[in-house]
Amino acid sequence: MFPFGFSKKKTSKTEDGKTSDRGILVFENTSEVIRAEDTLKAKGWKIRVMGPPPEIRKGCDLVIEFPLVEQLNILRVLEEKKIPPIEIVPVNNPLMKPVDLLRTKNYGDYIMVRAANMKMTVEKNTLKIVNISGGGCPDVPYVSDKLVGKTLMDVPSPKEIGHTLCAYALHMAYEELKKKCSL
Amino acid sequence: MLALIGTVPYQNLPVISGEVLIKDGNLIIGKETFPLRRGFPSMAGAAAIVCAELGLSPPTAFTVGDTGLGDGSRRLYEYLKNRFTDLPAKVITFHYLMPDINWHNQVFWAIENKSERPILIADAGFMYVAKMSGHASSYDLFTPDIGELAFLADDMAPHPFYTRGFICHEESNVPTLISMAYQNENASRVMIVKGEKDYICRHGKIMAVIEEPFIEPLEAIGGTGDTLTGIVSALVYGGYTIEESAIMAAKINRIAGELASPTPNTQVSEIIIHIPRALSKVMKKNILTISR
Repeated sequence: MFPFGFSKKKTSKTEDGKTSDRGILVFENTSEVIRAEDTLKAKGWKIRVMGPPPEIRKGCDLVIEFPLVEQLNILRVLEEKKIPPIEIVPVNNPLMKPVDLLRTKNYGDYIMVRAANMKMTVEKNTLKIVNISGGGCPDVPYVSDKLVGKTLMDVPSPKEIGHTLCAYALHMAYEELKKKCSL
Repeated sequence: MLALIGTVPYQNLPVISGEVLIKDGNLIIGKETFPLRRGFPSMAGAAAIVCAELGLSPPTAFTVGDTGLGDGSRRLYEYLKNRFTDLPAKVITFHYLMPDINWHNQVFWAIENKSERPILIADAGFMYVAKMSGHASSYDLFTPDIGELAFLADDMAPHPFYTRGFICHEESNVPTLISMAYQNENASRVMIVKGEKDYICRHGKIMAVIEEPFIEPLEAIGGTGDTLTGIVSALVYGGYTIEESAIMAAKINRIAGELASPTPNTQVSEIIIHIPRALSKVMKKNILTISR
């Protein structure tokens, strides 16, 4: 029995109940998997090496399971070590792809782009980032503090200073704004 | 107690807790001072202002520094897990935290062991993980925007970034997305869906749509969703029903925005200062219809 009306009818969308916040890193060969495993474990991430799910048709016969939301940070570490994965997918549905639909809204002197749950707004004349809204991961306020009030040309990309999927979505909005502003 | 839980974007700030106050345009938690920027400070600040205006005791915040690495979030999760059993909270609002199912569940079960069930409100990262954990329907209130609603509607998505393309994120599709979120048990009992129109729904049924005043730039202003969550948390703490609180909060947030005469360049701190007047306007209109 669960008091207060809480029910335990499901704990996750996956069979073991605890892995739907996980992603899979796919590598070209086993040697890269081993190096990536050592690198990520040394940095303190909870990861595990496992066989790939049947939907994954690329890479070698081992993959690394990792906390999906921290994708941006993990990818940066692996790129620094020159062992970038060839594919990153969510565990519970390896066929899922990141959101690729971007929406633009014009506000007269300002333009806003939304990517997934993140929005970035820029003043057209000055290219100043005037606001960043949406998102829920802890780096969103951090990245906002670093970017808002500066121009698109003068800021690091959200991908460089963010760590999570929210920062990744914001990066997509940032890139789209740069494209629209012909930068 | 109204307990507000979330991270602030600073490195090396340990877990702190304390009463939330507004002083000289800043947020005070215990002995620490934070600028009223988007994120947890805006949420906590709005809640503190409404509590003060309603003559309620100030909220209590539990926060930690986290710039996105998740280290602070994990320290806060652990701190909460060990303290929830004794925490005399009537309402708990979870906000910016690194989504982590294992830690979510530990905190969730700690709350379940309390002798009296608090009202549970979730927004931002904690709303994401509440959905991913499969326990969304045990929460009393979520406050998603349209992008986040699409994530709740998509049974498979592990984060809004992976919401599938066929799930349309358009304003016109909100009623369908609400139905999908409830069908898949990925929604709280009551939800406020923030957008051009704010939809208040309960168990899949749309109870109210708030669309006036319509202040277009608010969507672009970071933190206006956070203030909504703070306002509704304080109203629920004040004894209003969750649905009535949701309706009033949506109106208060819009009116505060209107009073600031915003452009997309306006910062949320310029809106927060108008919450007392907006609250007063809404309370005058609603006082006879609210059941306490």
